[in-house]
Amino acid sequence: MVTILVERKKTISKEQIESIAWLARIEISKKELELFSKQLNDILAYFSKIDEVNTKSIPPSYHVLDLVNVLRKDEVKPSLSKDIFQIVPQTKGKFVKAPRMA
Amino acid sequence: MSKIKSVEIKIGLEVHCQLTNLKTKLFCSCSSDYREKEPNTLICPICMGMPGTLPVLNEKALEDAIMVAIALNSKISERMLFFRKNYFYPDMPKNFQISQYDKAGGVPLALGGYIQINGKKVRIRRIQLEEDPGKLSYEGTIESSTYALVDYNRAGIALIEIVTEPDMETPKEARLFLEKLRSILEHLGISNGSLEGSMRCDANISLRGGKRVEIKNISSFKEVERALNFEITRQKSLIERGIAVGQETRHWDEVRRITISLRTKEEEQDYRYFPEPDLVPVIISKDQIKKIEQSMPELPDERRKRFIEQYHLSPQTAEILTHSKAMADFFEESAKLYDKPREISNWLTVEFLSYLHDRGIEIDELTLSPKHLVDMLKLIDEGIISRKMARSVLQDMLLTGKMPDAIVKEKGLEKILDREYVRRIVEKIFKENPQAVKDAIVDKKAINYLMGQLMKATEGKIDPKMAGEIIRERLSKLSKFATS
Amino acid sequence: MPSYIELPAYEIVKRIKDQELMAEDYIASLYERIKKVEKDIHAYITLTEDLALKKAREIDKKVKQREKTGRLCGVGIAIKDNICTRGIRTTCASHMLEDFVPPYDATVISRIKDEDGVIMGKANMDEFAMGSSTEFSYFGPTHNPWDLGRVPGGSSGGSAAAVASGMATLALGSDTGGSIRCPASFCSVVGLKPTYGLVSRFGLIAYANSLEQIGPITKDVRDCALLLSCIASHDPLDNTSVDRPQEDYTKYLIDDVDGMKLGVVKEFFGEGTQDSVEKGVLEAITKLEELGSDHQEISLKSLQYALPSYYIIAMSEASSNLARYDGLRYGYRIPNKSYDWSTVYSKNRRFGFGFEVKRRIILGTFALSTGYYDEYYLKAQKIRTLIKRDFDMAFKKFDVLIGPTMPILPFKIGEKVQDPLKMYMCDVDSVPANLAGIPSISIPCGFSKGLPIGFQIMAPPFREDLLLRVAFSFQKNFPVSAKLRSYE
Ligand SMILES: [Zn+2]
Repeated sequence: MVTILVERKKTISKEQIESIAWLARIEISKKELELFSKQLNDILAYFSKIDEVNTKSIPPSYHVLDLVNVLRKDEVKPSLSKDIFQIVPQTKGKFVKAPRMA
Repeated sequence: MSKIKSVEIKIGLEVHCQLTNLKTKLFCSCSSDYREKEPNTLICPICMGMPGTLPVLNEKALEDAIMVAIALNSKISERMLFFRKNYFYPDMPKNFQISQYDKAGGVPLALGGYIQINGKKVRIRRIQLEEDPGKLSYEGTIESSTYALVDYNRAGIALIEIVTEPDMETPKEARLFLEKLRSILEHLGISNGSLEGSMRCDANISLRGGKRVEIKNISSFKEVERALNFEITRQKSLIERGIAVGQETRHWDEVRRITISLRTKEEEQDYRYFPEPDLVPVIISKDQIKKIEQSMPELPDERRKRFIEQYHLSPQTAEILTHSKAMADFFEESAKLYDKPREISNWLTVEFLSYLHDRGIEIDELTLSPKHLVDMLKLIDEGIISRKMARSVLQDMLLTGKMPDAIVKEKGLEKILDREYVRRIVEKIFKENPQAVKDAIVDKKAINYLMGQLMKATEGKIDPKMAGEIIRERLSKLSKFATS
Repeated sequence: MPSYIELPAYEIVKRIKDQELMAEDYIASLYERIKKVEKDIHAYITLTEDLALKKAREIDKKVKQREKTGRLCGVGIAIKDNICTRGIRTTCASHMLEDFVPPYDATVISRIKDEDGVIMGKANMDEFAMGSSTEFSYFGPTHNPWDLGRVPGGSSGGSAAAVASGMATLALGSDTGGSIRCPASFCSVVGLKPTYGLVSRFGLIAYANSLEQIGPITKDVRDCALLLSCIASHDPLDNTSVDRPQEDYTKYLIDDVDGMKLGVVKEFFGEGTQDSVEKGVLEAITKLEELGSDHQEISLKSLQYALPSYYIIAMSEASSNLARYDGLRYGYRIPNKSYDWSTVYSKNRRFGFGFEVKRRIILGTFALSTGYYDEYYLKAQKIRTLIKRDFDMAFKKFDVLIGPTMPILPFKIGEKVQDPLKMYMCDVDSVPANLAGIPSISIPCGFSKGLPIGFQIMAPPFREDLLLRVAFSFQKNFPVSAKLRSYE
């Protein structure tokens, strides 16, 4: 788990990038790490612009619309099980075949 | 090892219950009837998390969840939100679970509440709606298998998650809590706890002075008590050896019946909760809550009170019967057919319960109907079988599901009603046991031996009352001869 | 041969319905054009010629038999490749989905089929709609029809280039932070991002759900109104689809802006704005004033934080939306190796995604992670509230707001790919509309050194009518002539 940065400046270390990439399940090469490290820190430095704004009493806008309560009836509709299973890259019998778990 | 006092233990539970009465999944229109179905035949683009698809909340799932919240005395949120819980795992089609959250601005369905068990309140922390993942299986064990097989039929099934405060003090209390919860859900008609995997839970436990340990992967209520007992023993022995219990997550291994530490990278989860942008907030009005409340069926606590009044049962008996909906239903069905409710409750709370408990099943899993029990009770009333015989008839009924009269006939268990026949046997016994007869004439208590012999000779098929009468009748004749 | 490829859709529809033109001939001529110019422009990832010609013949038959035909009767439409089409591969311009054939249609595709539109093919784009130049496509970049050495804008670059070069009469794009308007501006066509909630997102492969909308990219404003009328409808499959009455937007094509109040947003002419763009847009505003509208400058202070807020929100949502691409159920999976699931996922995603996608996923994952959520995601969503409030305030004073669509002219291919931040800066004027959920249209207003300039008009939520009215008036009175090139 990543720890909270103490300094105000927004940066991301190579170790953090590696641990975040693992969390996001993206393998990155040494070369990519070098490149990303520079680029991501440039971007984060730019993002720190938002620190200027005081948003203490401002509510977030998770949804721009005022829509609420969009529901559906509990009624079974035909699904596309066969078509979906057909495009699974690796199967075994009627199962989706996943890599080993341990 | 010394016994641990209950005050030293704090147990909290996180229960996941499938809303098994729903026809469809939580966010798509796939059938939710996934048990015994061919793998991956109840999947659609939505529950498979295919590109471009969007979830839509099942209206009935919401109503069911509100009912649960009302039944558990929880405070229902006016405006609830769905959050994404992000983590990768092959049983999760989107690699995030649509769930709810009570931090970071999240508002789950309901907060607070309690369940009463034996007069004690176990507090509820929160109740929320979420989707079930698919199911993984392996050839062999998870450790040895070179691949895993995934069935996504279960993916997207509606779950309610109920999180308690750490208010339980013994593993037994945890089991009672779960049983009570199950009874409530079954009374509400929203979840059938006897379906495999329909109720699962995680537990957390701390012993005084120790850190909180979480136990995951408990697949049924029966396992909870076992897992907690194991964990208490484990932690206790650590403490006794002066080793500190660390805060960790352990998995319950059902086969080996032990908890195992999972110190892998996977443990370092960072779920990155954030509001689900594809689902709009749900406003739950006071009117809607009221309407649902009015339509709600009778709950176990109300039913218990009614049982005491209507059937004149003791509070303890009423509590036992309403602890399980199936049991309470069985009782009431039987009481409709036979107007001695206390007789019925006696048989249910003693004979039935121990049979069920031994096998870890519910009464509705039996092939036995209330009519079986009632017919058996009627045979006793009619004097066809004795109470003692009835017990063995019941065992047969439980095992075979046959009707009592059939069992009685098959096994020739009818009580001997022919007094002349009995007299002949008594005569024979008297001849064979002259000394006992002499004793019995002098000492009234010695009659018991003769009674025993008679029962033995008739394989208990004789009514003890009649047996006593005939023996005494014979003895009094003998004593008359002796004195005259 | 008459050049059907230059005609707008409403003309094509009229001619086909009047039996002056066979849909089959017209569609065939579009493919002929494609055969000529696609090698230079590369607007498409997948072409569906056989299906399109078959559909055209069906339409011709319907017309002949006087059956009812739809509002897009026979019109050839390019579909951005992040909109799911049943039976036609939908790649999102990604190696990850290179062979993905969805077994379902996006709602907008069903609508287009209902209206007898003809799908020409799937248009190129930046991978998963992440980019502003269509250079981040696994299938290679699209070239700007006005200057093949330059980018067409992005991420709907293929859609805009196809329309601008006569390879489609209409196109659908998607706009998360300007992805319709940017290429519309760079390619001198009309592009509209509808109000969030007006067009169903079902079947649109999500990049950032709370920001994006599908919208039309067309030759002119009338076509834009026509296509919008066909795709804007309530969809119960999309929670964020608004249930409002179906509208015929062509009725708002009114040549009258007399007395309308236009707000010229100061922040849209910030330091990164090229002089030629500023000049072009100011001229357009003067022209609108000639038509009787009033304009005044207005400053929306919160907009200076729009770009970082947009990227934080978009990347965060994307990191979660794109988690599903693990190669297990569909999509790219590395050849069977003995790795464990975590490693397989990590490799599938390493080789299945391009650099820009990986950058955004990593940053988005970071922005949502423990200890950072409040200072990034939450803060950005709060700034979004401020931006919404500023727009609300502005719309109390003005009917519409105006500014450049892009701060710069189309740039050279390769110019910004190495510097993501520079690329992001291109979106500075387009992202505010997405954050506020308001509609915005980009229309051409001229050329500078042979390169197109566009300006955008923004209106309050669900006031697409105002956008169309102002845009139509401008276009009618000050048409920007844009002759198709032959590329020979
Ligand atoms: Zn489904």
